Amino acid sequence: MLNDVKNILIVGVGGQGTLLASKLMGKCFLDKGFDVKVSEVHGMSQRGGSVVTYVRYGTEVFSPVIDKGESDMIIAFEELEAARWLPYLKKNGTIIVNRQEINPMPVIMGTATYPEDIIGKLRATVEKVISVDALSIAVECGNVKAANTVLLGVAARVLGFGQDIWLKAIETTVPAKTVELNKKAFLSGYNHEQ
Amino acid sequence: MEKVLLLGNEAVARGLYESGTTVVSSYPGTPSTEITEEVCRYDEIYSEWAPNEKVAFEVAAGASLAGARSFCAMKHVGLNVAADPLYTSSYIGVNGGFVCAVADDPGMHSSQNEQDSRHHAIAAKVPMLEPSDSAECLEFTKNAYDISEEFDTPVLLRLSTRISHSRSAVVFSERIQRELKPYEKNIGKNVMMPAMAKAAHKKVEERISKLTDWADMKAFELGINKKIMFDRKIGVIAAGSTYEYAREALGDKASYLKLGMVNPLPVKAILDFAKEVETLYVIEELDDIIETHCIKLGVNVIGKEKFSFLGEFSQSIIKKAVLGTENEYSSLDMEIPPRPPVLCAGCPHRGLFYALKKFKPYVSGDIGCYTLGAQAPLSMVDSCICMGASLSSLHGFNIARGKEQAKKSVAVIGDSTFIHSGITGLIDIAYNKGFSTVIILDNSITGMTGHQNNPANGLTIKGDPTVAVNLEALAHAIGINRVKVVDPFDIEETRRVIDEELKVEEPSLIISRRPCALLKNVKHKPAMVVERDACTGCKACLQVGCPAIMQTKAENGKTKAFIDSNQCLGCEVCAASCRFNAIRKGGN
Repeated sequence: MLNDVKNILIVGVGGQGTLLASKLMGKCFLDKGFDVKVSEVHGMSQRGGSVVTYVRYGTEVFSPVIDKGESDMIIAFEELEAARWLPYLKKNGTIIVNRQEINPMPVIMGTATYPEDIIGKLRATVEKVISVDALSIAVECGNVKAANTVLLGVAARVLGFGQDIWLKAIETTVPAKTVELNKKAFLSGYNHEQ
Repeated sequence: MEKVLLLGNEAVARGLYESGTTVVSSYPGTPSTEITEEVCRYDEIYSEWAPNEKVAFEVAAGASLAGARSFCAMKHVGLNVAADPLYTSSYIGVNGGFVCAVADDPGMHSSQNEQDSRHHAIAAKVPMLEPSDSAECLEFTKNAYDISEEFDTPVLLRLSTRISHSRSAVVFSERIQRELKPYEKNIGKNVMMPAMAKAAHKKVEERISKLTDWADMKAFELGINKKIMFDRKIGVIAAGSTYEYAREALGDKASYLKLGMVNPLPVKAILDFAKEVETLYVIEELDDIIETHCIKLGVNVIGKEKFSFLGEFSQSIIKKAVLGTENEYSSLDMEIPPRPPVLCAGCPHRGLFYALKKFKPYVSGDIGCYTLGAQAPLSMVDSCICMGASLSSLHGFNIARGKEQAKKSVAVIGDSTFIHSGITGLIDIAYNKGFSTVIILDNSITGMTGHQNNPANGLTIKGDPTVAVNLEALAHAIGINRVKVVDPFDIEETRRVIDEELKVEEPSLIISRRPCALLKNVKHKPAMVVERDACTGCKACLQVGCPAIMQTKAENGKTKAFIDSNQCLGCEVCAASCRFNAIRKGGN
């Protein structure tokens, strides 16, 4: 049986816009002729909790989920979530980390501490770490909310299907009035130093 | 036709469209909600949000009796609410096809228990189909209608979080328009009194026996049940997402009996499959239903001795249990703080809970976003059973512990949950001369499931204006004489009213009214700011439990409060917590 399935984990904090990124990815992979499964989290965990979306594509995909040690790529929208989900990365996998810290309630309450220098520790553990200040780039593009599209751009470059298919997916997926903003954010991510 | 990536729930909705369904009634419940939200986009199908699952089921049953193809959707615990009509609808059967989707939540991503809804199908003696991806969600929905009409029975479509909320490829077909079937009065079939029900029960037993034969033959011809043979050393019987995990984990190292019909289960097919493989595993999430069936047939299987009754499965769990292998992975050597879900910045529930906390009350909780108030620092929920239980269980609590206890206790319930099943609890309190204080957290929306309109907010499923339940007038009509309305962002006034109502020895209702902060038409104020010189670093504002307030890193050994202007919506609840007036309105 051919096992060419690629696994991408998108993690972050509920409300950060991880679902748009997975939706765009799913569309692009389907357009490329792959079998695709995307598994999302809705409901309670979305309220500021730790959220994960699984994206899988290949000749034939069975399971909708990704387990520890199986991800070819992790896109972390937040640093603590990068640390939390690192065990899901495959050997030689790539982790893309947005340089943003969002304090969870135990840290706000002082019952836990936010770990220091997560990106440094990731670099010491994993070979391929790409860190991106997606918030600042999104602000430069015109809206802080486009940080998710910036990160998608970074990931798209690593995936290596070129940029056109993504730009087309953005055109048909995001609301008409945000198409230009999202394209600009995507390209800023795509052209980001890797 | 073009392939489209759809959520399992969206694919069920497409299946309803293609089946020629015309009436859909549901109550929102994760993970089932998106089916009805998607149906709402098809003008050919009438859709509505019902006040609860029992009503939704009965609306669909009535539409079926009228000759239409009908449907309702709910989460697993919703089917408990609709169990009463389900069990007798099974006796009555259908006129137009009748399908009910029930979505289980193994792993409890968004639920209060992990019950297995296959038990309801067995107990009600109705067929149940279980798809394993979005394409099957669409196809099985259509199959379900054919089974419903051929066997004169409601059909359950079992989903789970992973199926409902995973996207996979689907190919569309055209909708088949259907004429209403004629309605003919037939009390023998449609009126369940003992004499008719006795005859009906006999029919139900005959039906389930015929359906078992169907599961063995026709279900395989249609591809609902499938036998997939590779290596015969290992055989796996599985259904739904568990089949997909098993295929992923074992590939061609095993052969599979994939069951798309999970009630009734086939007999001959299982006996034959057991003979064809060396070691037979039954892999099923939650309860041991297929395994028990196999044991009854005298088939030797490995099931719950290797696989848990708890939680969701995955390919790794199966690989480890069957092959004994595990993936390698690395992790960081550090304590990673958990990130539980929290009430959003600007959430009106926070104001009410913060005001309430001063009284250190016993809080009888309910199902909704406000259940999150149970966690520190608010810690304002003492119990939570099921939809609507806050009022009735508080009444019981206070009857047991007396009037003085009642002065230190409240029930909290959302507007949608109150309409769902809180009203009867309020009637119980009034009718039986109770003395409990009930707080309705009226945020004008069904929140946790992702913003659905409900009978209290004056908008239909399509967003059209309609009548709204007048909660104040309803309470008066029930016999509650003390009804107060407060703005939960006005902490001082909210506390004054709570204090007054706790003291009186009669039932009272406080309506804490402010729309959900995430609603599009809600205007937010500028972010609050901390006057650094006035802040003493006392951390009192952290007791508000707002994700937008945090402490700065220490300077000269002292930390100060800091408000994240990207998150803060200017609700001012934190300002009420500061004795030093260090938190001020932002802007200018």
